[in-house]
Amino acid sequence: MHPSTLVLRRSARSLSGPAFVRWGLIGAAVLLLGVFLIVPLVAVFTFAFQKGWEAYVAALTHPTALAAMRLTLLAAVIAVPFNLVFGLAASWLIARFQFRGRSLLMTLIDLPFSVSPVIAGLIFVLLFGRQGWLGPWLLDHDVRVIFAVPGIVLATVFVTFPFVAREVLPVMEAQGSDEEEAALTLGASGWRTFLTVTLPKVKWGVLYGVILCNARAMGEFGAVSVVSGHVRGVTTTLPLHAEILYNEYDLAGAFAVASLLTLLALVTLVVKKFVEWRSQPS
Amino acid sequence: MSIVVEQLARRFNRGGSPAVSRVSFHAPGGAITSLLGPSGAGKSTLLRLIAGLEIPDEGRVLIDGVDSTQMPVQQRGVGVVFQSYALFKHLTVRQNVAFGLEVRRVPKAEREARVEEMLRMVQLEHLGGRYPGQLSGGQRQRVAFARALAIRPRVLLLDEPFGALDTRVREELREWLHALHERTRLTTLLVTHDQQEALEISQHVVVLSEGRVAQAGSPADIYDRPASPFVASFIGGASVLRGHVQAGRAAMGALSVTAPAAAREGEPVHAFVRPHDIKLAKAVAGAASASTATGRVERLKPVGGYVKVFLRLPSGDEVTVEVPRSEFDALGVAEGDSVRADVRSATVFVGDYSI
Repeated sequence: MHPSTLVLRRSARSLSGPAFVRWGLIGAAVLLLGVFLIVPLVAVFTFAFQKGWEAYVAALTHPTALAAMRLTLLAAVIAVPFNLVFGLAASWLIARFQFRGRSLLMTLIDLPFSVSPVIAGLIFVLLFGRQGWLGPWLLDHDVRVIFAVPGIVLATVFVTFPFVAREVLPVMEAQGSDEEEAALTLGASGWRTFLTVTLPKVKWGVLYGVILCNARAMGEFGAVSVVSGHVRGVTTTLPLHAEILYNEYDLAGAFAVASLLTLLALVTLVVKKFVEWRSQPS
Repeated sequence: MSIVVEQLARRFNRGGSPAVSRVSFHAPGGAITSLLGPSGAGKSTLLRLIAGLEIPDEGRVLIDGVDSTQMPVQQRGVGVVFQSYALFKHLTVRQNVAFGLEVRRVPKAEREARVEEMLRMVQLEHLGGRYPGQLSGGQRQRVAFARALAIRPRVLLLDEPFGALDTRVREELREWLHALHERTRLTTLLVTHDQQEALEISQHVVVLSEGRVAQAGSPADIYDRPASPFVASFIGGASVLRGHVQAGRAAMGALSVTAPAAAREGEPVHAFVRPHDIKLAKAVAGAASASTATGRVERLKPVGGYVKVFLRLPSGDEVTVEVPRSEFDALGVAEGDSVRADVRSATVFVGDYSI
């Protein structure tokens, strides 16, 4: 053995403490991981399939389940592109320019993170609800926001607001603007510079933000629950649908829907891991 | 294709000191002009103002006689090389060089021919398919030059282009830039803090200090006739001697040199003496002329081809003398010895000296 590796091994051992401490800590970590992550994961699928494969498929193909899926997808399809555009614009603005209100903007972007989703939902009820500020006007013009699809989309957009901006901003700040300036001196317009220089530089950050944004958009419960009104088949997203089924003691149905969301989470984790791996500088 | 800057001013923080304050200078067409100064002198800001990457608070920039102050950076036709190279990391060398041509919608065949021509010019034709991350610092900087020159700029602006490179590569690239300029005769503005670089490859030098022009002129002007104590101390590593005007001469202890014509009797003066403007000889009793003094060798520092001698004069001032190796060996002095120092030339300014 090379002398230096010997030294390394020895110092590693001296840093790690006695065996019972090591195994005790590892055991505690494994136990916690099992109880809080593995067991629930197994439980979701066990409950989902407890009445067999047919019941599982039936629960998922029920018209109200399909409607919930459509609404969930609709909310995500609107919220993700909206927040993508907003997140890119906001992080570009904050990373590249010094202006009055810059830190206020940064704080505002984080607001949805710090506000309880239920409060976020209530804000929309107070704004657009029957007794809300804009309620009477909306009623006069026959526009329904609360207890309707627009409310769900609005609430989803609100709670997923920070995801893209929060992921892209640090990447943009770390990379500086030298390349953009070089592109400008070479004659490229601002728009072209953004598309051919800025965007390729931050693409992994953007993708990462989009993945997280999408996961949250599809999985959001609190804010959406407040504005939804739980009109089955009309204003229920997948998480709300799962809750309704659960409250009706349809455990197999509730967990079948839950398993769908769990699968989404697992796929998200895999894609996220892949993006992290690809974005590492080689 | 000259560059003229008139009364240019730029302040970054309201109430703070200006980065550039009312700077005027003229960079003659077809020449290399250096903007030389210590860090924080406003050199890079000035370059960015000329490139159009910053907007001046006051003043004008004229490129080839045309007022370009309000012209967008894209239309100025300036080739800029940044210290950080600023290459597009996600594009190959060839794509980097082609970028400006694609923006200008140069037809494909012409574009490809021009890219190859540029790569040949910077001797990187075999690396066209590589990414910037796969190149050495010197190669990256040459790609940056090729990219800037591909668009046939009217003027070339270089912001500390060799600052991040090691000495040997820096000297090679300096030579290369000199040869390139001989061929292209492109009006070039070079920002540098390295006086060697400025004096060696430029025909015109603008010395900057705290956002102002300290002196502008040929390298010989700057080196031989510094206009202010700042320039005298910044260029050439001079030592400072302090004294007074006595009988029309600047007297520093036993040593005296010619005083400026305007100096009045008894006024304080300080003289800048370059390390190679002092000649050392064996100390002998008597026989001293006005421009010689006997000093004690405090320390010797051999630096390759020459030896740095740190000398303490009777007046208490310390001077640094550079003696070629052969001369030093013939002189045969050791630390603690007394030697006679003959000041061959000094630049004298009236007033107290303070840094």
